[in-house]
Amino acid sequence: MEFSKLFELFIAASLINNFVFTRYLGLCIFFGVTRKMETAIGMSVTFTSVMVISAALNWVIYKFIMTPLGLGFLEIVIFIGVVAGFVQAADTIMKKVSPGLYYKLGIYLALITTNCIILAVPLVNVAESYNFIQSIVFGLGSGIGFSIAMIIMASIREKLELANVPRSFQGLPISFILTGLIALAFLGFSGLIKL
Amino acid sequence: MSYWQLLKNGIFGENPVFRLALSLCPAVAVTNSVKNGFLMGIAVLFVQTMANVTTSLLRKFIHPKVRIPSYMFIIATWVTVTDLVMAAYARDVYAQMGLYIKLIVAFAIILSRSELFASKNKVVPSFFDGLGMGTGFLLALVTIGFFRELLGRGSLWGIPIVPTKPLLIMILPAGGFFAVGILMGFFNWIDMKFFGDKGASGGGGH
Repeated sequence: MEFSKLFELFIAASLINNFVFTRYLGLCIFFGVTRKMETAIGMSVTFTSVMVISAALNWVIYKFIMTPLGLGFLEIVIFIGVVAGFVQAADTIMKKVSPGLYYKLGIYLALITTNCIILAVPLVNVAESYNFIQSIVFGLGSGIGFSIAMIIMASIREKLELANVPRSFQGLPISFILTGLIALAFLGFSGLIKL
Repeated sequence: MSYWQLLKNGIFGENPVFRLALSLCPAVAVTNSVKNGFLMGIAVLFVQTMANVTTSLLRKFIHPKVRIPSYMFIIATWVTVTDLVMAAYARDVYAQMGLYIKLIVAFAIILSRSELFASKNKVVPSFFDGLGMGTGFLLALVTIGFFRELLGRGSLWGIPIVPTKPLLIMILPAGGFFAVGILMGFFNWIDMKFFGDKGASGGGGH
């Protein structure tokens, strides 16, 4: 597998097809946790690692269990089970092994089980029939892209606290319009590489 | 609550998109035309109603400790059904929004209605609650799709209405965020102006 192709995939997943700005996934989390920079960073770390691991795990399960048994049509049920099981396991292990990290990131871990963005990664991997390495790179790229989006948004929203927003637009509506503006800027990445 | 009130609650009082601000992803993702929004709304309506009915039927058998995973599997089953039916009968639309149909399984609104309503109520009220929530969702998606398609393409349901494309940006990714933000602000404004409410926004959350 050529390195340049993988790099292209990474750039495409993180910037051009950014999950938040061009695929519109993970918006609930995106608007929910970006009020403070600290939580946004914690969330980014947790999300990126869970996405990479779940991409790898689901690829193995799809290739070696579901394909031979002809269970492709059950992908939604199985993937959500795998992700939920894995997150629960990570939660338990982290509580035992490093309580400090658990108290920092544990609450986010509980939130991501049923998040669309985590589930989207294995579904896209299957739809695009990526191989093992490509799946991991795609998971990593998407995670980094989501982190970039959250960190940008959090830094803007911290400033927004001081702004004088009309009352009916306070809270979510103004955040939506802000996201639209950032999405407009991200449109500029679309010419970066040819896909 | 009467059945009519349950329906009305889903459509106006606790509209999933504009009021509860739950499940926002599809509200932006598939609403670049009325048709896509409508079909997505129908899919959600079906899944929500069926998931509510199933949860309600099984509420005495599901142990409280494993209730969330159980609800997830119930929802995942109905989403798979919807997904396969749509893949078979609505090919052109499915090609555009297949991923989002599959991701209905992760919609917070469906899980939260199972948990908050269907697990505590009988089958018939749960059915109407699902119907109301689903219809509220459908209407929200169609409203957003109406403005985006009219402004972005100058057409409705693929039929040309205006000869030009007044605001091309509305069908681009960014336009979806603008449309939802402005509509949400508008509904808050109506609320404050005419009903003296302090607006439902601000929250969001999961």
